[in-house]
Amino acid sequence: MSAFSENAQAFIADGPRLAWHDKAIWFVRQKRDTARAAVPEWEELRATASQIKAHTLSRLAGYLEQFEANAIELGAVVHWARDADEHNRIVHEILRERGVKRLVKSKSMLTEECHLNPYLEERGIEVVDTDLGERIVQFRHEPPSHIVMPAIHLKKEEIGDLFHEKLGTPQGLADPKALTEAARQHLREKFLAADAGLTGVNFAIAETGGIVVCTNEGNADLGTSLPPLHIACMGIEKIVPGTRELAVFLRLLARSATGQPITTYTSHFHGPRPAGELHVVIVDRGRSKILGRNEFRASLKCSRCGACLNTCPVYRRSGGHSYGVTVPGPIGSTLAPHADAAKYAGLPFASTLCGSCSDVCPVHVDLHHQLLAWRGELARQGLVPLGKRIVSRVGAFVLARSWLYQIAGKLVRWVVPLLPARLLRANAWGRQRDLPPMPRESFSEIWRKRGRS
Amino acid sequence: MLEVALFVPCYVDQLYPAIAVATVELLERFGVKVHYPERQTCCGQPMANSGFFDDAVPLVRRMADVFAPYEHVVCPSGSCTSMVRNHTEALVPGDDGVLALRKKTFELCEFLHDVVKVRPEGRFPHRVGLHQSCHGLRGLRLGSGSERLVSPSNKVRALIEGLDGLQLLELARPDDCCGFGGTFAVAEEALSCAMGRDRIADHERAGAEVITGTDISCLMHMDGLLRRERKPQRVLHVAELLAEATA
Repeated sequence: MSAFSENAQAFIADGPRLAWHDKAIWFVRQKRDTARAAVPEWEELRATASQIKAHTLSRLAGYLEQFEANAIELGAVVHWARDADEHNRIVHEILRERGVKRLVKSKSMLTEECHLNPYLEERGIEVVDTDLGERIVQFRHEPPSHIVMPAIHLKKEEIGDLFHEKLGTPQGLADPKALTEAARQHLREKFLAADAGLTGVNFAIAETGGIVVCTNEGNADLGTSLPPLHIACMGIEKIVPGTRELAVFLRLLARSATGQPITTYTSHFHGPRPAGELHVVIVDRGRSKILGRNEFRASLKCSRCGACLNTCPVYRRSGGHSYGVTVPGPIGSTLAPHADAAKYAGLPFASTLCGSCSDVCPVHVDLHHQLLAWRGELARQGLVPLGKRIVSRVGAFVLARSWLYQIAGKLVRWVVPLLPARLLRANAWGRQRDLPPMPRESFSEIWRKRGRS
Repeated sequence: MLEVALFVPCYVDQLYPAIAVATVELLERFGVKVHYPERQTCCGQPMANSGFFDDAVPLVRRMADVFAPYEHVVCPSGSCTSMVRNHTEALVPGDDGVLALRKKTFELCEFLHDVVKVRPEGRFPHRVGLHQSCHGLRGLRLGSGSERLVSPSNKVRALIEGLDGLQLLELARPDDCCGFGGTFAVAEEALSCAMGRDRIADHERAGAEVITGTDISCLMHMDGLLRRERKPQRVLHVAELLAEATA
């Protein structure tokens, strides 16, 4: 059993929580459906976005260099990081040189991927995540369970208990409004005390050298307006050619993510603010490897909207933590094995290949085809359990010979009714499900008789 | 006269022969002559979906060979049809026989709706929930699906909704997956059963007596849960429903 299977099984064991989690996330999928229905040209937008991304990926190096030149022109400092280590070293070096002790962060899945927080904390820097959901999971010392809604796995009562312990809110207080207010006051102090602010990047514009950060809480703006130093970390795939293309993505992103027409704040940064510093760290971390793999390249189109998580019947019923990786859900299951195929070999199988992910994706990532392609790749590398391999081999041998297939089928239909119920209920099918009654004759046998009559 | 070769998925042949019988009856009723090439076995989907592409390749070639003499191939399963149409090219690239097979293979409802162009008349006085199996819905586009913003359409619905007495029910989640997923059903037993129970509950709330659909694999999974839990709803493949209604 894969690590994912074990985690998912544990998640499902709590029936009421399972039902609640599925409903809470399905609600977001429905909000997305409603928001999308208000845009008659939705499918045209998706197709356009997908083509823009395909084009950009085909000239990625050129666009990145154009972005770099324009960002420098605007007064930013641009850094390049090959992997997570290099990224973390660069960020730490910038902070260390300026004597930064307190850093406020707005949401960045990339720095989660790179495990930047523990890296900086070990080196004596206080790191405060300022997105409410991120702050909640940071208090709990756990990773986000969703890329857009990091604390979606928690009920408001659990957050009430957490805030009682961490922020001294009254015991039993679970009113979301009051809890948010408590977090706001707490974070306000952190913003005021910070020496530097770090943000992710939703879009980097090659044509202008500017970056765009989308948030709902305005925390990116506070974190970059108060302290004099702004560090922005981005994966190489975040580039868009120009502002015209940006507009396409801004119409798709929030509608797909949360069902909002647009995020509350869409913050454009073009160079550092007066007397301030802006550093942009551009990170590869395995992305160029994916760029070189034909069947998986399209996954680099992903804008991390989370729509595929929300629609995924498996994600909704297993929870983000079951995946054991920073980006869960269908997109996570196709990205993770690039980093470590053996470790994440279970993830491409955490899917019924229902295809809903591919149909909600605002940039046409063929997610369920990628999961299938991964299964093939894992089998080729010998990373699928031997039992499965043997069953497949034997099955293929039998099915390649119609006489043998007919005998095997007859045998199964004859033997199964003779087996004691106890035995039929002692396997993965039978523990919770009955088998259908076994027919006496196969269709092939019926057809042969019909031919004689 | 239209002539077709019947492609009966292996699990239908062995476990649900009545569905194949109903398919033959139905096609003949609409004036189609049915052939059944007896050498057929399986399209290779179980192996391919598990990642064992090499094991599936000979079965795909075999399919192309067995069905080579026929103009149309009709199959009472969206999933197996989707395997043939959408996944065999990657397994056996550039093969003329496989390409021909992909082009001429139809799911039963799709064939009745698009090629024979029938509007079945008959009587089926029951409250019916339609389970839209994913591979038929999204792989073959038998219906528009809830994700994309396209004009609503549904070939299966179009075939059954005109039957006298049939009350087609509206579901809260009309196309969420039932959790069968082939080997997923046993490899991820807990998830699979949780998904199946949620689907059943949706049909129950809508007041279904009968749950129908294009794929008995999904229906077998839901039926297994229904019977274990001694629930009154029954599953019925759409071929059987149509054959019974138009008899």
